Amino acid sequence: MSSPERWSQPQPSGAPAATAAQPTAEQVIAGLRATSEGGPELVQLLTPEGERVDHPDFHLDITPEELRGLYRDMVLVRRADREANALQRQGQLGLWVPLLGQEAAQIGAGRALRPTDMAFPSYREHGVAWCRGVHPNEIVGMFRGVDHGAWDPVERRFHPYTIVIGNQCLNAAGYAMGQRFDGKVGDDNGEATMVFFGDGATSQGDVHEAFVWAAVYDAPLVFFCQNNQWAISEPTERQSRLPLYQRARGYGFPGIRVDGNDVLATLAVARWALEECRHGNGPVLIEAFTYRMDSHTTSDDATRYRLSTEVEEWKLKDPIERVKAHLSRNGFADHDFFDGVEAEADELAAVLREHCVNLPEPPPGRMFDNVYAEPSPALRAQQDEYETYLAGFAGGEH
Amino acid sequence: MAAPTMDRSTDTPSAAPQKITMIKGLNQALRATMEADPKVIVMGEDVGKLGGVFRVTDGLQKDFGEQRVLDTPLSESGIIGTAIGLAIRGYRPVCEIQFDGFIFPGFDQIVSQLAKLHYRTQGRIKLPIVVRVPFGGGIGAVEHHSESPESYFAHTAGLKVVACSNPVDAHWMLRQAIECDDPVLFFEPKRRYHEKAELDPSIAPQPLFSSRVVRKGSTATIATYGPMVKTSLDAATAGAEDGLDLEVIDLRSLSPLDLAPVYESVRRTGRLIVVSEAPSEASITGEIAAKVQQECFYSLEAPVLRVTGFDTPYPPAKLEENFLPDLDRVLAAVDRSLAW
Repeated sequence: MSSPERWSQPQPSGAPAATAAQPTAEQVIAGLRATSEGGPELVQLLTPEGERVDHPDFHLDITPEELRGLYRDMVLVRRADREANALQRQGQLGLWVPLLGQEAAQIGAGRALRPTDMAFPSYREHGVAWCRGVHPNEIVGMFRGVDHGAWDPVERRFHPYTIVIGNQCLNAAGYAMGQRFDGKVGDDNGEATMVFFGDGATSQGDVHEAFVWAAVYDAPLVFFCQNNQWAISEPTERQSRLPLYQRARGYGFPGIRVDGNDVLATLAVARWALEECRHGNGPVLIEAFTYRMDSHTTSDDATRYRLSTEVEEWKLKDPIERVKAHLSRNGFADHDFFDGVEAEADELAAVLREHCVNLPEPPPGRMFDNVYAEPSPALRAQQDEYETYLAGFAGGEH
Repeated sequence: MAAPTMDRSTDTPSAAPQKITMIKGLNQALRATMEADPKVIVMGEDVGKLGGVFRVTDGLQKDFGEQRVLDTPLSESGIIGTAIGLAIRGYRPVCEIQFDGFIFPGFDQIVSQLAKLHYRTQGRIKLPIVVRVPFGGGIGAVEHHSESPESYFAHTAGLKVVACSNPVDAHWMLRQAIECDDPVLFFEPKRRYHEKAELDPSIAPQPLFSSRVVRKGSTATIATYGPMVKTSLDAATAGAEDGLDLEVIDLRSLSPLDLAPVYESVRRTGRLIVVSEAPSEASITGEIAAKVQQECFYSLEAPVLRVTGFDTPYPPAKLEENFLPDLDRVLAAVDRSLAW
């Protein structure tokens, strides 16, 4: 399906019937269907059935132990994600942004990064966070409303979550320019940066500007777009007439579409892209073709705008099940391993729950902290006035 | 009082007093900080080979190279957004926005990221970024080249906002802004770019975020900043012929505001006129009026009056003399205050 002609030519007046792979124009306009197949240029190394397949350009030598590690990562981040989702439903979080279905895209990309690389997430990258050593405990605070993100972005080399769509792409471009200016690009030991954003973000000016900046400054930046088919209620066709990875060409750098539900393909493509950047051949755009299995956030109701048949189709492409099938079929893992990972996942969920419900309430004075690096006397005066006001209630009826 | 790290004054190209334009003062400030700190970089549209449309960055690319003086894509959001990334990487970017009216494509990055990242990360990310903005009217320009957008930024927590009014302040304030660990919006009155003053590098500057009494007086107080400081001083000189003894205060810092000298002055004069080119609605001048009535309520002999641009978009150049406050409008306001 999805040949470039299909995307660039106007629809004939007698609109084609929908197939499982391709929605009709009417369905797209009505916001009911997304594309469920990535097209002929999709890089895949592990089929939904768990079979290894070869790709002419992308190879991955991987040990059974590494495979088990990727499986474990994905199971753990999914379990943490589901626990956080439940915590929201139980009133313990104000909001949760589910990653369900995007585990392979995030773990594949996250595990391709080196400790010396830098990553700029949007706000759904709990799986990438995991790979950067950011525990889910450090993420839930912002969704409980006690902080704006608890991890040290400099030490972890994982920028704070960015909620304004696309802003982080320019920040990442600047960081990557700095890596280049610092002489950290050009050989195997080079540094690179990866920035995460979604299909919806590709309509933002900041993303396009970041494409321009990264290109003209030869920045070692991997643009990692998770096309999960839906920007809240809007299908990707509302953002682009062209498959997203093809946009890179217009900016003068390569674009690759990878099966974002295939952790092996994502890892291979992300490693390749980072290597290109390390050696001074950046930037690169990766479109990880995946699917948002849950709603946009816990405040959203995806049943209002998309068909359950589409979700059912994508369930068959589950990123974890295919690795499990591959591990089992090839004797790379036994029941004890799978049971062990499940137990570990349950323990992680319990730790997350325990941490979340016991997060201390921030004291009122904290809102005045760190507004400036060099404190403002005027703000200090405002804080003093408010704290004096609060103190007036101490010991009183309130 | 000397600011902490101002001993770099010996780095200025000429240590002897010299008569300079504001453009030269700014240029020398950039040069001095770039020589002292290899992490200081200049970025903006046409700032390299051309030296900036106002020549503020003239010669810097030739001496410091293309990696420290970046002729950037025409992309203001990109200038601010990448400066943030560069600052996280350890650089101290000085961004030039070519004209005031072109800052708005970068507004999102300024208010969403530049202003908030230090707060969001509990102080773990510092963004020592200066955004230089030639601002204000009076040069007969086409639309979007004469605006005074400073109130938007003063309204935003996390940003510091300053405006220089003369060549000497321009020089020192820019050096201090670059050394500040907070993001600073640095407004330069473009119609004063070519005015001259003597810069004596041996005279230490006052702290950046402080105002200054530039003319002592007793009849009434004028608080102003940027291009209107000269206008207000001219009004005071003209008023003196009519027996008025006007005190003029150059606010210099718009966020944080340093109003202690204004309060002290108003307690003596009982009258305050706030002068700015910006429209008055929901502006810095309104903020000053509110604070002064709160702090000096019993000292005021008349309401705080404002002389500002009107609440219209900036008009075509043939009308800007009507739009911009001038000596006569300032003195008319003084008269109204005295007649109260």
